[in-house]
Amino acid sequence: MAKIAKIEVKEQNPLNSLQGFFKTLLEQEEISAILVPQHLPMKDVVMPTLVTDPEKLNGTDPLAPVFPMNAAKVVSRLTGKPLGGSVAVVLRPCEIRAFIELVKLKQGRMEEVVLVGIDCLGAYTNVDYRRFVGDDGAEATLRFCQNVLAGKSTAVEDFDLSPACKACEYPVPENADVLIGLVGVDINQQMLVKANTPQGEALLEKLKLPEAKEPDGRKKAIDSLVAQRVEYRDKMFAETTEATSNIEKLTSYLANCVNCFNCRVACPVCYCKECVFVTDVFDHEPTQYLRWAKRKGIIKMPTDTVFFHITRLAHMSTACIGCGQCSNACPNNIPVMQLFRTVSSHTQKAFEYEPGRSVEDDPPLSIFREGEFLELTGGKE
Amino acid sequence: MEDYQPTIIAFVCNWCTYTAADLAGTSRLSYPPNVRLIRVMCTGMVDPKYVIKALLEGADAVLISGCHIGDCHYMNGNLKARRRVKLLKELLPRFGFDEQRVKLTWIGASDGIQFAETITEMVPELKALGPNEVRNQMVL
Ligand code: SF4
Ligand code: SF4
Ligand code: FES
Repeated sequence: MAKIAKIEVKEQNPLNSLQGFFKTLLEQEEISAILVPQHLPMKDVVMPTLVTDPEKLNGTDPLAPVFPMNAAKVVSRLTGKPLGGSVAVVLRPCEIRAFIELVKLKQGRMEEVVLVGIDCLGAYTNVDYRRFVGDDGAEATLRFCQNVLAGKSTAVEDFDLSPACKACEYPVPENADVLIGLVGVDINQQMLVKANTPQGEALLEKLKLPEAKEPDGRKKAIDSLVAQRVEYRDKMFAETTEATSNIEKLTSYLANCVNCFNCRVACPVCYCKECVFVTDVFDHEPTQYLRWAKRKGIIKMPTDTVFFHITRLAHMSTACIGCGQCSNACPNNIPVMQLFRTVSSHTQKAFEYEPGRSVEDDPPLSIFREGEFLELTGGKE
Repeated sequence: MEDYQPTIIAFVCNWCTYTAADLAGTSRLSYPPNVRLIRVMCTGMVDPKYVIKALLEGADAVLISGCHIGDCHYMNGNLKARRRVKLLKELLPRFGFDEQRVKLTWIGASDGIQFAETITEMVPELKALGPNEVRNQMVL
């Protein structure tokens, strides 16, 4: 049975109370640093910050409806080699899931991190958030949270969650060491703190927070949120499948792609240091382009656009955790996340794989067994 | 479409299917000339991107053929190839490529006859399927 405590909320300001909680966390002897999103002092943007001074947590805001990057990438950077101290990393569920994938791919280690996950209410796109935030970031966050948790919509004025967040069926970070619960909780009174692992339990013990129990409505609130997300997701799958069902349609779906590869750079699980698309493997001779053009009379330049996307799908779709950073990074508004999530749902199913679930599940393309998929070779080994 | 001749790109393992193809030739077994062989050291080195590239450039089918399970010279390259083919067969049909355009076989070094038969069977199947639609499109 998981241990549950609460963070008391004063003056209807959950953000202040969270900041206090992080401060206590950082004061613990075994925690050397905390990685947490913050409004930067020089400009009101929210970015992951690595903090060692408890006095430097005043701009902390993990509830802001934005995440400019999937922070699993920075956690991977921090844990690739021994760090020399434990860091508490405050992440969204999709960031934890991406980090779990990276750990399995040997791009990070669990040893020196404590995963602190917060129920995710979703985020706006980077572009929308900048228009939404105004000049008081904390106030904007509270406005957003109050709206969502009062059961009103996630939309404020004409802004609404990004499609990735609307389609995300993992709002609760069940695989965090310490989970901070908001859904189905009156966050003007309290936030739940739940230890899901022995490591989380030991830490929670030390924080001496008042005990609590899960509010009756929480499970129901989570179920209904997930149901709503799944409905949106399935509609998105159906529409995207239809929009890309042959190569002509896929080409038109990707027609304004300029091969900038921002989507790949932003993707937390696309981890290759040297992506084949930036090597000279496909750096064709000039005469080759002419030959291609002559064969068909016309080719689109740059070439290899559809090739890039299908290859990326082949290489990483089994690990796609649906964070939407690919779409967020695209300068040409191509619905990249929709395509990747839709196709991933099939490739993941083919190997009965759920990315981000557990470090115990082997990535499908890293293991192989005798006696499997015999139908591919006419039923024979 | 009477004179449509499908093109098959075949990634064949040096230690088995390539030798089988050679044997088919030296034994004067006849099989259709629609196949272009690419010799690889093991099917385990055939990255999905080569299969995707071949199909996007207009190949009508890609054949990957290696050693029988247990016979791979690199222990398990063929097992890896099998997972990748599974993945491709899941992925490519979503964009309209018929699942038959990717094929995996195990053909040992002494199986010249089986190699000739495999190609002989593939050609009419591919003819029935018709040309790969990317041939006439400006995609790459
Ligand atoms: S493909 Fe897009 S949605 Fe999937 S993990 Fe990468 S960035 Fe996130
Ligand atoms: S970010 Fe957009 S334009 Fe750039 S490669 Fe990806 S899909 Fe194409
Ligand atoms: S050596 Fe032939 S398939 Fe590996």
